[in-house]
Amino acid sequence: MKQILHIASRELSTFFDSLTAYVLIVIFLGFSGFFTWIYGADVFFVGQANLNTFFTVAYWSLFIFIPALTMRSIAGELKAGTLELLLTKPVSDWQLIFGKFLSTLLLIAIALAPTVIYYFTLWAIGPVDHSAILLGYVGLLLMSMVYISIGLLASCIASNPIIASLAALSIGIFFHIIFDVLASNFVGLIGSFFSYMSLSTHFESISRGVVDTKDLIYFFSIVFFCLFTSKMILSNRNL
Amino acid sequence: MDIVVEHLTKRYGPQKAVDNVSFRVKAGEVLGFLGPNGAGKTTTMKAMACFIKPEEGDILVGGYSIHDHPEIIKKNIGYLAENNPLYQEMNIIDFLEFVAKIHGIPKYLIPERILDMIRTCGLEGEKHKLIGELSKGYQQRVGLAQALIHDPDILILDEPTTGLDPNQIVEIRELIKRIGKEKTVILSSHILAEVEATCDRILIINNGRIVVDGTAAELRKQAQGNEILKLGVQGGNIDHIFESLFEIETIDSIDIIDVDKQLFEIQSLPNTTSVKSIFDTCVRNNYYITELTPTEKKLEDIFRILTLH
Repeated sequence: MKQILHIASRELSTFFDSLTAYVLIVIFLGFSGFFTWIYGADVFFVGQANLNTFFTVAYWSLFIFIPALTMRSIAGELKAGTLELLLTKPVSDWQLIFGKFLSTLLLIAIALAPTVIYYFTLWAIGPVDHSAILLGYVGLLLMSMVYISIGLLASCIASNPIIASLAALSIGIFFHIIFDVLASNFVGLIGSFFSYMSLSTHFESISRGVVDTKDLIYFFSIVFFCLFTSKMILSNRNL
Repeated sequence: MDIVVEHLTKRYGPQKAVDNVSFRVKAGEVLGFLGPNGAGKTTTMKAMACFIKPEEGDILVGGYSIHDHPEIIKKNIGYLAENNPLYQEMNIIDFLEFVAKIHGIPKYLIPERILDMIRTCGLEGEKHKLIGELSKGYQQRVGLAQALIHDPDILILDEPTTGLDPNQIVEIRELIKRIGKEKTVILSSHILAEVEATCDRILIINNGRIVVDGTAAELRKQAQGNEILKLGVQGGNIDHIFESLFEIETIDSIDIIDVDKQLFEIQSLPNTTSVKSIFDTCVRNNYYITELTPTEKKLEDIFRILTLH
């Protein structure tokens, strides 16, 4: 566990040292703030004390940002040769994968943290469904976990960070949109299969304030599958 | 800690980088790993450092197998990889602190160990710099510092002096010698002088196989063989000199190295010496000797003979 934390904290400080973290946080807060409070279907336009607009914006922007964060995680280390440095220290492959996973998740959590102000502002304006907002955040974190694990897997497969990022986006887009589109085009078993595979189905059900084990199983099984496959790829390295 | 390499085989695609290599390194020994590029040195070292898994064979470090207990082995090994990969965007102190933490050095000991390493590796003037800002020589020192910080029993150094200037090479060699008094050191190189200067034992590997295993002196002896003399003779026509030298019974072959200076290379038959006969021949024919030097085979030549085919 300690090794995971050491790796995660080093990685996190790299995000901040390289300004990646600041750029991400500024863009994310700018986007989400702009659409939540100022433009389009903002809170005042909708006239309801909920953060649905924010969650939609976050849902999309995280989907785009996460591959940019995870692309270097393994591919970058491989390219710079530092993977050899790290894995010849007392660090197991699992610890490395979890450390990388945790660092990105922490960065997302840090980026989401200031938006709690939105919640308090809303609370001051009108009656708020507290559990829906809380679960909205949980949903965002679960969704981030899925995309981080997909990003990590892509970073393990591709040796080039840019390719890793594009691969993560193209895998992610299936869960993000394509399964949803397919679900609406099919009926019966196939339709419900695609509907189950679509991330938005589960994200919406959680952010509506309903926690179903089915949703949790969905999120965690994708995360587990991706991390496990990443570990396998890393362990079978032939460098 | 002893290291035992047993029937190590590692393939990259159809090509065998290391082919059934077995050897043993005793605790406290400094072993030099020699070989031309692509001979399998780095692959063997990577396997020892538990970075890659060999298809066949095993490496036992202090009795622990790399297949079953890599985590124990990694704790006892300090490894400097070939191209010295480092986190360029970190500064030296932060980087060493990270490595120390990963090695599980107790928190209260970490500042002391870092200072110790900075002093040992001569990084005092640069310690606040980012690694990416350092020259190659200083980066190499940081690489050594990270390999030594947890005071490992075994040190594996893959070409530790590449890219260093002559002064730095001498310094690093001194450092390795000093470390080698207490620890097992395995270092690879293709600079023979370096290996000769620092190592107790030399292992030459070529095409994935071990071709020589012994001390530098043993190696020399093995390849020494026949007496070879460089001879300069004046006072006569070169053809006549050649003919009269050729009549000496103990001489196996004569090569003319320089026609103008009349220099020859003379190889004697096994277990014979021709020095006296040459001298007598010259006296008889009224020639005079301008040069007579026994040629010793250099380690470079031995290396070339063993690895070229």
